[in-house]
Amino acid sequence: MATALLQTINFKLQQRPTPDLLPSGITNFDAMFGGIPRGCVTDIFGPSSSGRTSLLFSLLSEATAREEFCALVDASDAFDPTSAAAAGIALPRLLWIRCGGNAEHALKATDLLLQAGGFGLVAMDLGDIAPATARRISLASWYRLRRAVENTPTALVVVERAPHARACAQLAVECGRRRVKWSGAPGCSQLLRGVEFAAERRKPLQPACAAMEAFALR
Amino acid sequence: MFACMHAPGESERLIACGQDFSPLVEQTDADTVTLDIDGLEHLFGSVHDIANAIARRTGVPVNVAVAANPDAAFYAARGFSGTSIVPQGDEAKFLESLPLALLSPSEETAETLVRWGVRTFRDLAVLPDLGVAARLGDEGVRLQQLARGEHERPLVPVDAQQRFEEEMELEYPVELLEPLLFVLARLLGDVCRRLEDHALAAIGLRVRLQLENAGEHERAIRLPVPMRSPRVFLKLIELDLEKHSLPAPVVKVTITADPAKPRTTQNGLFIPLAPEPEKLELTLARIANVVGEENVGSPELLDTHRPGAFRMQPFGVKQQRTARNACPAQLAFRVFRPPVAAKVQADFLSATGIRGKIVQLAGPWRTSGDWWTSGPWSRDEWDIELTDGALYRIYCDAQTGRWFIEGSYD
Repeated sequence: MATALLQTINFKLQQRPTPDLLPSGITNFDAMFGGIPRGCVTDIFGPSSSGRTSLLFSLLSEATAREEFCALVDASDAFDPTSAAAAGIALPRLLWIRCGGNAEHALKATDLLLQAGGFGLVAMDLGDIAPATARRISLASWYRLRRAVENTPTALVVVERAPHARACAQLAVECGRRRVKWSGAPGCSQLLRGVEFAAERRKPLQPACAAMEAFALR
Repeated sequence: MFACMHAPGESERLIACGQDFSPLVEQTDADTVTLDIDGLEHLFGSVHDIANAIARRTGVPVNVAVAANPDAAFYAARGFSGTSIVPQGDEAKFLESLPLALLSPSEETAETLVRWGVRTFRDLAVLPDLGVAARLGDEGVRLQQLARGEHERPLVPVDAQQRFEEEMELEYPVELLEPLLFVLARLLGDVCRRLEDHALAAIGLRVRLQLENAGEHERAIRLPVPMRSPRVFLKLIELDLEKHSLPAPVVKVTITADPAKPRTTQNGLFIPLAPEPEKLELTLARIANVVGEENVGSPELLDTHRPGAFRMQPFGVKQQRTARNACPAQLAFRVFRPPVAAKVQADFLSATGIRGKIVQLAGPWRTSGDWWTSGPWSRDEWDIELTDGALYRIYCDAQTGRWFIEGSYD
């Protein structure tokens, strides 16, 4: 009887509760994925102009609109406050840490932020870090981040060119460009209208794809 | 009960002494301080003992008087030397011999009273109330009440401009940070205890280190919210001193805290998640040690058309509502800092790490500004799409004619 009870308790303790989801504010994305999980690592990856930053801005915008505090660890100092404000991010609620191209500093800052707690979303932007440097980040560092964010209401989002968090990420989303929308006649009065993107779930391995569209403002 | 101290030229000492006994201390005039001593009998015993304790604490020759109202105590302290206890109910009798000039009547009233032959408190106290009111008005009534020791009023406490400062001279010059932290920990403990005694917290800290070579090393730490944790203060100072190393060994340490009312918070079920201010401040200091102080903060857009103009503001957790006034699903832009120098030939773009044929383009958008300053800008911008599908914003600097890639749309 006691053994059975102990086994039940152990089983319950080992069971991971379904994480809360942080909506992105993009209807298709939220309908398909429900949002990104809190207390977990989410990998958003893709090549340049694939919509990864637009997706990140949308997540930050949603979180700050709910009056949560967010942090962006910007490894390559690529964050554009003008574009972020236009996307609806409440800048006073955003802590921006500029690492000047140093991925090691970015990892350390992210770890410190997660240990401090209290942030709704912590984003680590490694999008412009050279692939060779990003590959050199040890798996131990990713595990450390995963352990730090576990059982907290914080969502950790990593923006990269390729998925490096691998086993440590609960959700991996690959972004890709589908179509660039230009208006007007080529060569004389053309205007960049927007870009259609696709977000495909790579982990867990249940095929899902959400179409997104981002509009350019001039 | 009220006690009054009078010692010419010792006002600061009297105020400090009064604040050791009571939170309600009034500087009644330049040389006289009155304080509320209700409840002190539990600590010191009778009013005589309280008055003697006060006189001893001042450390200078002082007149001390205790009375049931502040004005009776005031005139007794000014009129009688040594320690005086004004018996409750017999104030008029006790004060009767004092000269009328102590009441400081106006020139006109003083003249009238002299003409009437009124010289002492007693002479004024025995005059009929209605006659005084009819002839001297409000001022006469007030002066008569003072002379009888019947005037009641609340104390007007001094704005306690307390200095929360602790200092220590070291026997030997200290060169290493660790032994210095032991000294700082003790001083911070004392400062925090004093702040706690006054129900205050610190909004800023100043650490002044006197160096062996007669120089001084001063650091100021501003806090986002009032705090009173010596542990947090010590860690913040440690991080700051690690960042700004000492040029010479330290011989004297002084810590000053800027007092402020403590932070009051109301927790609730529906208040959104926010970092703890004390913990956040430590984390920000640690991160600033890694990436540099200027690289940590909250961005604030500047009121200018100059592309990419912003400044970093200190990040703090203020629960303020911010209006969301932007359209969702905006195309994000990633900035290259500094802009990447590029070569544009016909429809081909080449730069470090970026090469390709331009397949689509939009522009130019000509912008310029700040021509009236020493840092003008003028440029033509294009949005371009390369063969690999990447979207960039490039510009040609009108002053130099050189091309740059400002960033990419992502």
